[in-house]
Amino acid sequence: MDHVSTIEATKAIVTLDVAHSGIIWGWMITLNMWAKSIGTGVILVGAFLLYRHKHEEMPNLRWLMPLISFIALNVFLFFTLIDLHQPLRMIHIFTHPHWTSSITVGAWMATLFLVLVSIMMFTSFFTRFSDFRKDCAIAKAVRAKDGLYEKIFPFTVFLAFPVTMYTAIIMSQSAARELWVPGAELIQMLLAAFMVGSAALILIAEEWSESVKKELAMILALSVLFSFIMYMGEYFFSFKAAEVEATLAYVHSGGEYFTQFWAAMVLGYIIPFFIAMRMSDNRTMMKFAAVTAFIGLYLAKSTWLEIPQMIPLS
Amino acid sequence: MKLGFLVDLNLCMGCKGCEIACKVENEVPLSSWRLRVKYIDIGSFPDTSRSFTPLRCNHCENAPCERICPVSALHYLDNGIVNIDSERCIGCAGCMMACPYGAIYMDPESNTADKCTYCAHRIESGLMPACVVACPVEANIFGDVEDETSQISRYIMEHQGDIQVRKPEKHTDPKHYYVGGGNNTLNPQAHERIEGYGLFNNITKLDQIGSPNHSILDRFLDPIFGNHNDHLKNESFADMPNEAGVHHEEKGEH
Repeated sequence: MDHVSTIEATKAIVTLDVAHSGIIWGWMITLNMWAKSIGTGVILVGAFLLYRHKHEEMPNLRWLMPLISFIALNVFLFFTLIDLHQPLRMIHIFTHPHWTSSITVGAWMATLFLVLVSIMMFTSFFTRFSDFRKDCAIAKAVRAKDGLYEKIFPFTVFLAFPVTMYTAIIMSQSAARELWVPGAELIQMLLAAFMVGSAALILIAEEWSESVKKELAMILALSVLFSFIMYMGEYFFSFKAAEVEATLAYVHSGGEYFTQFWAAMVLGYIIPFFIAMRMSDNRTMMKFAAVTAFIGLYLAKSTWLEIPQMIPLS
Repeated sequence: MKLGFLVDLNLCMGCKGCEIACKVENEVPLSSWRLRVKYIDIGSFPDTSRSFTPLRCNHCENAPCERICPVSALHYLDNGIVNIDSERCIGCAGCMMACPYGAIYMDPESNTADKCTYCAHRIESGLMPACVVACPVEANIFGDVEDETSQISRYIMEHQGDIQVRKPEKHTDPKHYYVGGGNNTLNPQAHERIEGYGLFNNITKLDQIGSPNHSILDRFLDPIFGNHNDHLKNESFADMPNEAGVHHEEKGEH
């Protein structure tokens, strides 16, 4: 801001204070939320597809779904860990849990979810590649437990909902940041999971049946549409809360966040919606839409995470 | 017992004595603060006035920082103080996101969250908080708000109708009160804040979110091998070599 600009005579100004503390939760937390959406999203969308279609229509889904989820969840947990200023004390969450904190509840749920996904990943992987480590005792033992996959899958799907949404509760417990309204954030988290969950599966759906591919395109289109509507509602019509308006001014007034937000909307929501609606038969374009959805979601999450941290609190 | 603070803004003259006393008492590192006095100018020349607002942790009865802390590093003491256990803190910064008053900082030396504790260590020894002792005009009043004979309770009763807390709409139930405050002084949205510019013009902004010399790798290695950035620590003045003093002694001067 230009310091020689005119200030209204009625407006009080701060003439001496400490500097604003800046961004506290930055790109690592954005990456954390983004990766978690993929990790839970592939399970949710995969479960939906398995409920609606025969396994034979999606031959590689059984082992690739938990594998993608496993990788994404490890990215999520890795960035959660390294964002801590005392990462070795992460163990305190398990040894001294404070149950009113959604960070604690989320960490426990995410850990359990990762355990379940890991079991699914190892059993399906060794079953799919039956010649891999054929004589290894551990591999044999894991293959013998293949039936576990179907038994724990319903619990994993059930757990995927709170795991994907608990970050919204952390945001609502962040009482200082009024932009994060729990109702809206819960739904945005869920839609983000469906959005990048379907996008991730689109990338591996080469050999799947046409009806499954069309359904994936529909899930992507609807999730980006609903999410986009929510963002537009918040962006244009947040008149009621003064602090929310002040927060959104960091996007409305142009500059870095304005560019980032609209790039997110175009890449993550508008482009995937039109491609999924009009060109769902075109595999190359659908993969392009999936990639732009990944990029767009990251940028949208980054903007929404950082702008509430820009306003002075005291 | 419920300890509380009251600041009479009509008395505060912005000397920053409390701020310095707090820094020294608690060895608050550079670029961080537990208590600060904010200057706000109101009006246009020649009808201008300057107000001073000391800002510190509000020790809320319904503290969002305590609720969000995943390991109970932030906890209530029996006397109402919201205390912090830096040995337990994992440095997630959740409390910094939750505090509506921006009163918590990440200590760049310990890499844990820290804040005003109403000088809990002094209170335990029967002493007043350092800022109360330092205030030359007794604008800081501290005591048990549940004891109707205490100075703070009597002050509150004498100034009924002029007692304010910051952001009451957050339902945090702060135990930090102001007399003589107004929207301009207590509501951060009510005044213009031009970052980087103030009385001393173009203030250098220091990194407040942990130490810039404390990399991600250091976060893992320091607890095992110790902090190699010891030279950056905020040593007390008594421990620092006083070159001027040495020269004087060499010359036989006093």
